[in-house]
Order: sequence, then structure tokens, then C-alpha cells
Amino acid sequence: MQATRSGERSLSAGRRGVNAGMAVIITLGTLLVIAPLLWIIIYLVTQGISSLNLDFFTRTPAPEGETGGGWLNAIVGSLIMLAIAAAVGVTVGVAGGVFLAEFPRHRLMPTVRMVSDVLAGIPAIVVGLVIYSLVVLHTGFSGFAGGLALGLLMIPIVVRTTEEVLKLVPLAVREAGMALGLPQWRVIVSIVLPAATSGIITGVMLALARVAGEAAPLLFTAFGNNLLNFNPGKAMSALPLQIYIGATSSYDENQRLAKAGSLLLILLILIASLLARAASRRR
Amino acid sequence: MTKPLSSPRRLPSSRGDGTFRAIVIGLSVVIILVFVLSVLLLARDSVPALQHFGLGFLTRTAWNPVTGNFGAAPMIAGTLVTSFAALIISVPLALASAIFVAEYAPKWLAGPVSYLVELLAAVPSVVYGLWALFALKPLIQAFQLSLYTRFPDLATRCSELHANNQNSFSCFFFPEAPVGLGLALAIIILTIMILPYTASVARDVIRLVPGDQREAMYALGATKWEVIRLAILPYARAGITGGVILALGRALGETLAVAMVIGNVPEFAKTIWGNTATMSSMIALQFGDAQATLHRSSIITLGLLLFVVSVIVNYGARLLIARLTPKGIQ
Repeated sequence: MQATRSGERSLSAGRRGVNAGMAVIITLGTLLVIAPLLWIIIYLVTQGISSLNLDFFTRTPAPEGETGGGWLNAIVGSLIMLAIAAAVGVTVGVAGGVFLAEFPRHRLMPTVRMVSDVLAGIPAIVVGLVIYSLVVLHTGFSGFAGGLALGLLMIPIVVRTTEEVLKLVPLAVREAGMALGLPQWRVIVSIVLPAATSGIITGVMLALARVAGEAAPLLFTAFGNNLLNFNPGKAMSALPLQIYIGATSSYDENQRLAKAGSLLLILLILIASLLARAASRRR
Repeated sequence: MTKPLSSPRRLPSSRGDGTFRAIVIGLSVVIILVFVLSVLLLARDSVPALQHFGLGFLTRTAWNPVTGNFGAAPMIAGTLVTSFAALIISVPLALASAIFVAEYAPKWLAGPVSYLVELLAAVPSVVYGLWALFALKPLIQAFQLSLYTRFPDLATRCSELHANNQNSFSCFFFPEAPVGLGLALAIIILTIMILPYTASVARDVIRLVPGDQREAMYALGATKWEVIRLAILPYARAGITGGVILALGRALGETLAVAMVIGNVPEFAKTIWGNTATMSSMIALQFGDAQATLHRSSIITLGLLLFVVSVIVNYGARLLIARLTPKGIQ
């Protein structure tokens, strides 16, 4: 406001200059924000694509110092741990979302809302510490402990998206159910939840994409394992965990596979987020 | 439930309702339990370290597993310095991208740009770490080497100062050795990682600024930038602040990307390039090997500290955002 009144003639050129200058700065700033993403994608594609071959998907890592091998163990481990995480995250998360959306006057409601919001910001590494003393201390490193840690990280995301989509289901739909004489739980289970399914699936996909890239909570829960292992009761590898181990290894071979693994992980996350976006747009 | 005659038609439904409520509420209480259990476990395991060192744990500078001497000060400093430096660099950039998407970009461009910014948040921490290690580190090393060849006098003077554990303003910016890893690289990578959080919150609150605010300013003859500076940014300030605090929460807890590039020396950095550690990087790298109770407990105390700080920061950010986004009250 102050700038608009002082000296119309002389300032007008100055103001126009500032305006144009800021437009340039803002555009450059935006380019600077996007540049790293493009750089990362180009880097991973050029460095990783040649190693993302059949071996990568069908073999386990070669012994240290030898060449060849792949990351079948990490792919299988990721799938198993994500399944465990989904079981935990979807059960508790959807229930939490239903609670917040359908029982808004319950006296526990503000606490559940606050705690789930706050849990969303707890560093993943701290969740790893908690699962370590809760599970690993008693049963040892396992895919189960890793999946549980990832599941806890999924909960807040699933709670929030479930609550939001449930609130989008029109009140009239619920009233129609009630008018048919259905009890509240039937209305929720048979009418409200099915109406919100695609939204909930979107939330679950986003949550899975998010935790699929987490390595920190797996460091001392799943721990990692170079052998092909289908038993979640034992130590298990996962793509992000193996990327961490490979990238910080001094062997070229491990670094090469880590780049291919990163490319695969990024592609999976891109696909999941695109699918989630497509699903939410269709709704 | 045992009064079938008084309300026969309500019986089956109310029993189902009761079971359903019990399941939903029971599972929701699990969320609270997870939180409470986390606090209790971390607190319990922190006891040995806190008993041994007292609250002085927070200000002690030693970290030596061999002699059993632990203090969190270098890691607290490392966490605060990297987080705030990343915040300071990222806020203007994030605001620029938010303003661009909300005010400048044509529709066909705004969508893709904000999608790309959000993808920045989807890139996993380890992938940022890998990229920093293989693509950025060599660049930083080359830059550090060029400083040596360009300023040989400064190089000699600073290496003497650093050898004697002294410092000066110019030497603070001069690398001790051209290793690439260290504080600067950690700050760069953190900056990139937290950008999307501030950017997307800022974009959303800027879009919530009512159209009349803009039109009133344009009607007074304001330029586009003046409208943004005088009508939009002040209106969106509180919401943007919430987004910045949210990004701070991310930065404080960010683990592997930082652990991969910061060097992980539990000491204060002597220069902007120096090796140091953060609380989370220390947990990630030492917890697996920590055998002694005191060592393990000291690391868990770092975790407890991180937990408490994240709860406070995130709760504060959510309060700010929740209070200010709904109808954009002042």
C-alpha cells in the first residue's frame, strides 16, 4: 500500500521493473525446485537401466567381491513386509478413520485424532527403535518386525484419508439406509464403506508407496538378508534397505545394483502414485 | 440385551451396533496405545543413560563408546544446524514454486508443476542419499579442490588453524579436506527433501485467499507482485508458517539421506564443510552395533529426544494449519 502512492510517474517504471523482476525470480525459483527431481530421474535411468535386467529379478546377491547376481531377495522381502504392513495399517487405519468420521461425539475422538496426527510426524527411525524393544529384543530380527514397523507408519496416512472420504459420503445416503431400518453398523459396513472404497484404496496405495521406500525403520527390525527368504519369522531384506547397504558399500557391484534398485523403487512409487491419482480422479 | 419383550425389534440391531462399536473403538484405541507404549519404552530404555549422566547428557560433548562417555550436544547441534539451514534455504524456493503454481502458471502448466513438486516428497530418503553420494559428492569435491588451487594462501593458513583446533571467519568456509561429505552436502540434500512440504501447504493456503482480496488490490492499480506481496502473502502467512513448521519436523527426523552424506563423526563441525552427525544419523549408524547398556541407552535417549521434539513441532504445525485453513480467518 505504501508503495502505490509516492511519486506516480517515477515509480511506475520502477514498479513495473520490480513486477517483471519478481516474475523472473519466481519462475527461476520454481525451476530450481523441480530440477533435482528431473536430475535424479535422469541419473537413475542412465545409470541403472542396464542393470535392471533378468538377473536382477531372478537371482540373489553374489558373494562380496564377485560380480553378477540380482536382488530377488529384496524384492520378495519388500512384497512380504508390505503385505504385513498393509494388514496392520489397513485394519487399524480404516477403523480409526471410521471412528473419527462416524463417532464424532465420542469422548475419545479428540485424543485419537490428535495422536494419529502426531504419529504422522514421528521419525521412522524412532519407530524402528520402538519395534526393536517391543519385538526384536524378544524374537530376534524378522520380516514380521519390519512389516509391523512399516504398518505403524501407514496408520496415520490411512486414518486421515479414510476419514476424509467417509465424510464425503452424503448424509442422505446414510439416512436412506436408516430409513430402511438398517442398524448403524449395517449402514456403515454395507453402504458407507462401499461408497468410499475407491477413496480408501487411494489412501492405502499412497501409504504403501510412502512406506515402500522406508529403510530407516528396517535397519534393526528386518535387518536384511542376502539369501532368498520367504519366512517372515527370519531376517529379511527389502529394496530400500538393500539400496542403503549397496550404496554405502565399497564394492562397485553393490553400488551398480543399488542404482538399479533405486530406479525400480522410483518406478514402482511413480506407478503407485499415478494409479492413486487416477483412482481419485475417477471418483 | 436381556430385555427382549420391552424392545423386540431393536435387539438384533443394537447387538450388532455394540459389536461394531467395540471393534472400531478397540482398534482406534490401538493407535493411542502405540503412542503411549512408544513413550514408555523409549523412556524406560533412556533411564540408564539419564541416570548416569543426568540432564548434562544434553550438553556434554563427548561420545566415546570405548570409554563409555556419552553426550548429545554435537548431535543436537548437528540436527538443529542442518534443519534450520535447510529451512532457511528452502522457504523462499518453496514459496516461489507455490506462488508460481497458484498465481503465474497457466492451467496446463500448473497441474504438472505441482505434481512434480509433490513427487519430490515421494522420492525415498535412501534414493536421495544414493544420488547425493554418487552425483553430488563428486561435484562438491571438485568445488572444494578448486578452492584449494584458487586460494593457496588461505589453504595453508586454515590448515594450520584447523590443526590447532582454532578457526576464523574465512576459514569457517574453507574445507579442511576435499572429501565432499559433510555438513554442506547434508544441508543441500535436506533442503531438497523438505521443499515439497512447505511448497504444497503454501500453494493450498495461497489458493484459499479469497478472490476479492486480489481484485480489490488490482482495482487500486497494484501490479501482480504488489498483489502477491501486500494482499496474498500476509493473508496466507499463518498457514504458510504451519507448512514451514511441518517441513521443520521432517528435517529434524530425516535419517538415511543425511546419515549417508554427513560423515557421522560425533563432534561439532569445524567448518561449513566439516563432518558431524545428527541425532537420527547416529541412531541409524550406531544402534545396531551398540552392545554396552550405556551406549545403547544413550542412543535411545537421542530417540526419545527426537520423539518429544517431533511431537511438539508437528502438533504446533497442525494446530496452526487447522486453525487457519478452514475459512482463512485472518
